[in-house]
Amino acid sequence: MVFFFQNMINALQWGSFYALIALGYSMVYSILMLFNFAHGDIFMVGAYIGFGVSTGILALTAGGAIALPNWLILVLTILFSMVLTSFVGMLVERIGYRPLRDAPRASAAITGLMIGIILETGNLALLGARRVSFPSLIQTATYNFGGVYVTNKKIMIVVVSLVLMLALDQFIRRTKWGMAIRAMAFDYLAVPLMGVSINTIARMTFAIGSALAAVAGILFGTAYPVLDPYMGVLFGWKAFVAAILGGRGSIMGACLAGFLLGFIEIFVAMIFPSTLRDLIAYSIIMLILTFRPHGFFGEPYSARLRL
Amino acid sequence: MRKGMIFVVVCMAMGLISTPSAWSKTKPIKIGINAPITGDIPKVGEGTKFAAQMWLEDVMADGGLTIGGKKYPVELVIEDNEAKAESAVKVATKMITEDEILVMVGPQASKQAVPAGEVANNYKTPMISPWSTNPDTTKERPYVFRACFLDPFQGPVIANFIKEEFNFKKAAVLYDVASDYPKGLAEFFKKAWEDLNGPGSVVAFESFTTKDTDFSSQLTKIKQSGAEFIFTPQYYNEVALIVQQAHELGFKAPIVGSDSWGSAETVKLCGKDCYGLFFSTHYAAAGAKGETKKFIDRYKEKHGYVPDDVAALTWDAMRLVETALVNCGKITGKIEKDRQCLRDALAKVKDFNGITGKMTFTEEGDPIKCAVVVRISEKGEFEFYKSVCP
Repeated sequence: MVFFFQNMINALQWGSFYALIALGYSMVYSILMLFNFAHGDIFMVGAYIGFGVSTGILALTAGGAIALPNWLILVLTILFSMVLTSFVGMLVERIGYRPLRDAPRASAAITGLMIGIILETGNLALLGARRVSFPSLIQTATYNFGGVYVTNKKIMIVVVSLVLMLALDQFIRRTKWGMAIRAMAFDYLAVPLMGVSINTIARMTFAIGSALAAVAGILFGTAYPVLDPYMGVLFGWKAFVAAILGGRGSIMGACLAGFLLGFIEIFVAMIFPSTLRDLIAYSIIMLILTFRPHGFFGEPYSARLRL
Repeated sequence: MRKGMIFVVVCMAMGLISTPSAWSKTKPIKIGINAPITGDIPKVGEGTKFAAQMWLEDVMADGGLTIGGKKYPVELVIEDNEAKAESAVKVATKMITEDEILVMVGPQASKQAVPAGEVANNYKTPMISPWSTNPDTTKERPYVFRACFLDPFQGPVIANFIKEEFNFKKAAVLYDVASDYPKGLAEFFKKAWEDLNGPGSVVAFESFTTKDTDFSSQLTKIKQSGAEFIFTPQYYNEVALIVQQAHELGFKAPIVGSDSWGSAETVKLCGKDCYGLFFSTHYAAAGAKGETKKFIDRYKEKHGYVPDDVAALTWDAMRLVETALVNCGKITGKIEKDRQCLRDALAKVKDFNGITGKMTFTEEGDPIKCAVVVRISEKGEFEFYKSVCP
């Protein structure tokens, strides 16, 4: 039982990352009907921006100019990185996707892959192949609940992810902007006729998705403090699988599928030899998709699907 | 003024003519050094060169090598292989056929040592690679030797060390199934541990794939299995993640590694979590004793930094050549005969006392030697802990 609960905790943490990143895929898809394949790399950029911001703030405080507690540094890092990474996201949209908005969807998908490569190699050129160590802003505290070990970092990761998902849900459902996003997702041809700019909405979804990816990157950095320029590639793919599994364009589905993916990976490794983890985990997902090709909350193919 | 110049030139010319004539009875022994002076790994080339030159200084301070009661001057032929396989082959061919070296030390990295070994073996010229750990370097090549141990060898070494030091019974292994070095080593360790403790004593044999960052399910499984320690032959970036995550899951037993841990980056990325852990490697600078310490101090004084394992292994390779030459008994001046004699003497080297451990060559030309177990100290330094033999 202890074993089971320990794995539950592990899976919750692991699933949080997938969920946060899958949200970015789904949001962009719901508006533009395209998967932003550079999203995994935006997650990487977010982690590196977080690294830069936190080391910057740490250097400032070490200089004695200002004294800040570490938790405040973490909060500031998250906020600054969210803003900066959302600018990166908007830039990607402006440069990579807007010129191709009326081009076939395949072209846009390929652009996404290229932007991903540019972000990876750009980082490589900038910082070199050396891996960087994310500064540990919070001292790890381990709590033992009858054999189940939980760290303060794990709790923070899960709580922050859940809060952000709820906030996003409220934003989409309660605000005017959210209403515009929902309307755009429903019919992207009619909504601009009502005076809502598709460019503004597209930029906004990219900004929100990237900001969430930045949070995922920073949380990832605190849990796994070794960053490398290619960390977003495989992670991006897996989160993409989560987005598909959740149902394209579904926010709720992306969250649930992200966690589900984390659970499947962790529990497969628990039961089967770990060598076969991804093989079995992704076979299971294939199987699910065979029976539910549109994912959990996705809508069936319609005429407006352009990919 | 002009006359003075002519005088100087004539004197120099005389010197040039007279020097070889003074040695005419005893032709110098030529040793080739095939090193990556430029290219990707210039630091390796530098260490090789410096260590070889230090050895030469010692020999020449004695007035040459004494073989069979006669003193022979020694000459080093140092050539740059640019850390490229094809250049290493070119250099080896040139040294052997044009410079008529008796023996070649180097190349260092397996990438160059494997093809260069082919050349040396074809020309029946002895070669010692100080640093190459790939089995192919010496495989089925009677003329090729090495001064370091092979990758698979560390498995039994660590198994023995843990058994002696902690007397544990149950082992766990965590390794990257997609990478040759960790995978090979993990399997060799498993075999060695089961030979020591009986089948089933490796209670968890868990793996992951390159680029994985979350090991929580594997580590939870390991913890559940009741293993008393983890062996993880991974590179520094994974070591940091594995160790930290193990501690976060409440695993407090030792975590042990192999020579891939031996990078300054390990401690930089891992921090305090890695303090007090052990790994096996070729040589440790901190806490060295005896001859090893003497070598380190001398090198540091001369070149301003602590020598790495390449320099120490090169030093041992040079000393192996020296020992074999002395054991050979006589230098005939006929290059083929002397090379053969040297090769036979090298193959017979027994209990050679090197600064990286005691060595005896196997038939394959690989040394049976002891590895060094290093402990990561509370200051984050790699400290010599123990020498362990297979």
